[in-house]
Amino acid sequence: METKRNKTILWGLVLIAAFSALSLGAEGIAEATGQTLLMTVLKKGTVYALLAVSMNLLNGFTGLFSLGQAGFMLIGAYAYAILTIPVAKRAGVYQYYDGGIVQFSIPEVFSGVFGDLVGGVIGMVLTLVICGLLAAFFGWLIGLPVLRLKSDYLAIATLGFAEIIRTFIQYESFAPLTNGSNTLRQYPTFKHLYPYVIIVGLCILGIVLLVNSTYGRAFKAIRDDEIAAEAMGINLAKHKMLSFIISSFFAGVGGGLLAMYMSSVQAKGFTVAMTYEILLMVVIGGIGSISGSIIASYLFIGCSEWWLRFLDDPSNNPGGLKLLAPGFRMVVFSVFIMIVVLFFRKGIMGEREFPDLFRQRLKRTKKEAVEK
Amino acid sequence: MSENVLNVENVTMQFGGVVAVDNMNLEVNQGEIVALIGPNGAGKTTAFNVVTGVYQPTNGAVWFQGEKIVENHPQGKMKQQYKGQHAGEYPHVLAPTPDAITKLGMARTFQNIRLWKSQTVFDNVLIAKHCRTHTNFLSAALRLNRKEEQTQRRHVEELLELVGLSDVKEELATSLPYGKQRRLEIARALATEPKLLLLDEPAAGMNPQETDELTAFISEIRSKLGLTVFLIEHHMDLVMDISDRIYVLDFGKLIAEGTPAEIQNNQRVIDAYLGVAEDA
Repeated sequence: METKRNKTILWGLVLIAAFSALSLGAEGIAEATGQTLLMTVLKKGTVYALLAVSMNLLNGFTGLFSLGQAGFMLIGAYAYAILTIPVAKRAGVYQYYDGGIVQFSIPEVFSGVFGDLVGGVIGMVLTLVICGLLAAFFGWLIGLPVLRLKSDYLAIATLGFAEIIRTFIQYESFAPLTNGSNTLRQYPTFKHLYPYVIIVGLCILGIVLLVNSTYGRAFKAIRDDEIAAEAMGINLAKHKMLSFIISSFFAGVGGGLLAMYMSSVQAKGFTVAMTYEILLMVVIGGIGSISGSIIASYLFIGCSEWWLRFLDDPSNNPGGLKLLAPGFRMVVFSVFIMIVVLFFRKGIMGEREFPDLFRQRLKRTKKEAVEK
Repeated sequence: MSENVLNVENVTMQFGGVVAVDNMNLEVNQGEIVALIGPNGAGKTTAFNVVTGVYQPTNGAVWFQGEKIVENHPQGKMKQQYKGQHAGEYPHVLAPTPDAITKLGMARTFQNIRLWKSQTVFDNVLIAKHCRTHTNFLSAALRLNRKEEQTQRRHVEELLELVGLSDVKEELATSLPYGKQRRLEIARALATEPKLLLLDEPAAGMNPQETDELTAFISEIRSKLGLTVFLIEHHMDLVMDISDRIYVLDFGKLIAEGTPAEIQNNQRVIDAYLGVAEDA
């Protein structure tokens, strides 16, 4: 048992390294063959994987049905953009607000000390951590009143808070900080795929470790039976808050990464629909399965961005039918989702994780061997 | 006189106009097995819920190991509605949540089984150990608490050995037969390292043979772990067999207290609850 625990960290790091190497390879192939969509899907899928897993921590492992994800992502995305736009470009971005009130850029500060490349990367990663911390702080603030609620009521309240955050950011009086309803752009981003993979991998590894620790077990106990959990000495308020804050933290980091991927952010885009997209990934992957969320987010992004694209192209219409037209992709996609929800109630993975699939097979073969 | 573990003092629990528990006074001493019996709806489980912090009593106090853990007096609308006695004697309000009371050393089982359904037998017991951990979530996630985790896992193994569930520890809790689920609930309560174990109808739904096994099991863990046990039960065989003392509750009021022999011959108890054998 003991050595197995140690291996989780080691295996995680090995996997991250392997996937980073793979992503380098994929990038090479994509460049050689001119497949730009592949890179889009992989990048966006990677970011969404983190977002889905962080939502799963709350909805799947702690049993708190929260729909505030887009709000926390928004905080992360804006924090990243505001803190990293180079000073020289601020006048252009904040053109209506005299260059805004933030007159520093964290990556630039570090570039001054460590040189452009290293300092820039350190600054960007540090800013991502700040994004997470800010989102976590707001998570704590919102959690204070909201976590007394249960199930649907919690969902409604968190949904409301996400909308409030969005409106506040667009509020004219905050515009010198947030640029109001105008876009924030020209901040530094990662050009390649592998930094996304490394950061998301480390975050997910952190969540996996937490879920398998004594705290993660306490979360699952709260999900399974709150009354029993409380009677067995698990402080409900404290543990729910902890889960909420950690989930917000990673949603914030994910928001920062999403800002990087999109290379410009506008509060308008972070609507409830975004939360629902992520919720769908969680449901399709399996509520309470981290690997399920990861697989589902790539599948989801792959379907919506790439594989179903041909359905939008009228020139693909078979024999004079006027079926295929822009937007038809979403119709087919909705049918897909309905099929998944109807026939795979527990999602792709159910509550199992990826290694469990092999473990069960092993057990079965052992059993068969004994029976023979 | 042996040491007082639990002391319920003038506790009244009133829901609206209904007095579920009326001026209850009882004590449980170190090492005893005390039973609380009474007809359905007499307020036994309500009394348990007051002791474990699920409900806040309307009036009265609960002492645990010489320390006052719960205290309350009628407040708000209840001031006019209050029908009980001893009003005004408990000026303070002490209302810890159930988890805080469990940490003090009191653990309970439930009348209807409340195991964590998606967890294995082993994990069910291990999760109950969580309240005794000292690590924060960061060091737990980074596996810096290895020593503590190891000790806890060993304790859980020992506990499962003691209750006789080692052979099914990797099974899902819900896949166990009913009697074993009951045992698992007790094992889970024991994992919180209690001094006082509260069992709410541990033999509910068990056949006579299972009940006998359970009776032996409760005596066994009492002597092995030096526990004090306070239980609610309807199986009179079990109650009369293992209890040192019995309290009888009827319509929220204690109507009798004494050793099993005394209770069996108490006319009020016979009228209210035990009844007379038909062929007698």
